[in-house]
Amino acid sequence: MITVYVPGDSAARSVGADTVAAHLVAGAAARGHDVRLVRNGSRGMLWLEPFVEVDVNGTRFGYGPVSSDDVDSLLDAGILEGAHHPLAHGNVDQIEWLARQQRVTFARVGVIDPLSLADYEAHGGLAGLRHALTMADDDVVAEVLASGLRGRGGAGFPAGIKWRTVLEAQSDQKYVCCNADEGDSGTFADRMLMEGDPFTLLEGMTIAGLAVGATQGYVYLRSEYPDAITRLNEAIDIARANGWLGNDVLGSGRVFDIEVREGAGSYVCGEETAMLESLEGRRGMVRPKPPVPALQGLFGKPTVINNVLTLASVPMVLADGAAAYQALGTGRSRGTQVFQLAGNIARGGIVETAFGVSLSELVNDFGAGTRSGRSVRAVQVGGPLGAYLRADSLDVAMDYEALADVGAMLGHGGIVVFDDTVDMAQQARFAMEFCAVESCGKCTPCRIGSRRGVEVIDRVIAGVDREANLMLLDDLCTLMTDGSLCAMGGLTPLPVRSALRQWPEDFGGNP
Amino acid sequence: MSAFAPWSIEQAEVVVNKCASRTGPVLLTLQALQCEFGYVHPDAVPLVARTLNVSRAEVHGVLTYYHDLRTSPAPAHAVRICVAEACQSVGSGAVVQRAEGELGVSMGERSVDAIDLESVYCLGDCALGPAALVDGQLLGRLSPPQIAAVIASLRSESA
Ligand SMILES: Cc1cc2nc3c(=O)[nH]c(=O)nc-3n(C[C@H](O)[C@H](O)[C@H](O)COP(=O)(O)O)c2cc1C
Ligand code: SF4
Ligand code: FES
Ligand code: FES
Repeated sequence: MITVYVPGDSAARSVGADTVAAHLVAGAAARGHDVRLVRNGSRGMLWLEPFVEVDVNGTRFGYGPVSSDDVDSLLDAGILEGAHHPLAHGNVDQIEWLARQQRVTFARVGVIDPLSLADYEAHGGLAGLRHALTMADDDVVAEVLASGLRGRGGAGFPAGIKWRTVLEAQSDQKYVCCNADEGDSGTFADRMLMEGDPFTLLEGMTIAGLAVGATQGYVYLRSEYPDAITRLNEAIDIARANGWLGNDVLGSGRVFDIEVREGAGSYVCGEETAMLESLEGRRGMVRPKPPVPALQGLFGKPTVINNVLTLASVPMVLADGAAAYQALGTGRSRGTQVFQLAGNIARGGIVETAFGVSLSELVNDFGAGTRSGRSVRAVQVGGPLGAYLRADSLDVAMDYEALADVGAMLGHGGIVVFDDTVDMAQQARFAMEFCAVESCGKCTPCRIGSRRGVEVIDRVIAGVDREANLMLLDDLCTLMTDGSLCAMGGLTPLPVRSALRQWPEDFGGNP
Repeated sequence: MSAFAPWSIEQAEVVVNKCASRTGPVLLTLQALQCEFGYVHPDAVPLVARTLNVSRAEVHGVLTYYHDLRTSPAPAHAVRICVAEACQSVGSGAVVQRAEGELGVSMGERSVDAIDLESVYCLGDCALGPAALVDGQLLGRLSPPQIAAVIASLRSESA
């Protein structure tokens, strides 16, 4: 019996993985081969999807991008014995693009069968939770604090400090809420983790819940990710059936359960207090802080809110110890970061590596420049609220502090590349338009300011009263930055101003 | 795609009652109604308010806040094209234009043969754009001719 892997990841499926899988199974059978098909997660080399792997005596050989038309020629070439073929990439573990990375949070994604508990445990799964169950709650929180793990949702707040606040709060009920709203364009790591290794997230949430004294966890998962919703629900059922979620977590007598709640198509519901409102079933309006959710969160109870990747990094911290995690990274940015190479890029996908890699290394080395083959003109880092950087200023280290120094932010680690056909005035306009569409409406600078922003940029582009309108735009940006309740209105000026400053020629000015 | 039940207040009551015991139930109840009927009929508002013991204004507020929730019947097919940055960088604009041409409508409208053309901000397929969600199925690396072919196959399905 030969094991063949064809990703069930939705990105792979979006380019035909299902048909490839069906043809492979049928083609192998027709040739008298007995194959076992595993729909694994994606390895994150998305330009090679659908990426087929064949296990030959424990070594996995990769082929891609495979279309269903290639299947016969692959089988005839003998890929079930790991044979060569024009689409062959050899031993997957030795593919340089992967071998150069440090996969920690993504260690199992693409490797295992996402819903096989046996695979999960064989690859180190549950070691973190088992270890945590032998420790005092206080020590678990101390371990996370010592690891230096910072939030991956955008703000980079130390996870351990948040957990400590919830642990120390007195309450009859506490919650853990996982933020799986992943609304930023150019980001897909949360999705790939939930589809490719959902147990890791459940384990991380359980560790968090038990450590802070919460019995219920919620995953707020965007409706745009139907596959992730299905997969995570399946994983929860399996975890419950196997006794590591529910009334007696791994026989410890302790209680923790998890429920998935589906979003309803609102970007601002990724902001943590809007997410809480939405989880409570209301309009996703941002709440003023304080009170912080750690003290008064879901239904007014102390609540840990963390991003998918933050929580999915926790099992490793508990399994291998804070020191091992701490040893990776640079300065105050410890551990690894999961970068997502997106947009007009030749080799897009997941690059997980220690903090401090340069943006240029990511875009030019890992990414190999644009997909169109034209030159890079602009790179947006950190989602729709992130700054645009010029192709000649990519020499910046990718950590929270170094990026802040150049007026940019890491956000959720999304990197979107544009070639030289991009019109930066249109990108600035889009940033304002997006804010206008997605604003929760609570504060005027964001709700109204963004609409005015679109109009003003349109006048600048049309050359109407250019100087006066540019001044107005600048005032508007200052007002939004200073007067908005949350980062939606507060950071929209970032992409707008970065475009204006670095590409004045696109706004009818002199370069 | 029209696997939806026709609107019926009796059936709606069953759906709403099932959700009533859940925590923070208003949004998920509306989502469940939409799951059942393809949309949230305006007559459901007083029903939801009464059953969940909240004001009609509260229910209406939630119903109108979220992009996903609709108050008129679902289309025969939905073509949701990603218009966010990463897809823009690889030509989602041309895909949108072609889809508009094929369907004879602008983004946000319904064609005469009941195909909705909608924009969506990011589908998590940002390395393989342009992306679209067609009747719930994610498609990547789209080109204008491909979106035209997708629309043609939706039409032959309906015909
Ligand atoms: C407009 C807006 C959208 C956001 N979207 C997300 C999101 O989709 N996912 C996420 O994890 N955090 C998002 N955040 C950040 C959250 O508010 C919050 O900081 C985060 O979930 C905390 O988790 P972490 O500490 O693990 O990063 C968003 C913030 C803002 C202002
Ligand atoms: S800045 Fe915008 S999104 Fe944030 S609270 Fe104000 S109106 Fe809502
Ligand atoms: S709301 Fe019932 S499954 Fe979507
Ligand atoms: S930007 Fe289009 S799928 Fe993410």
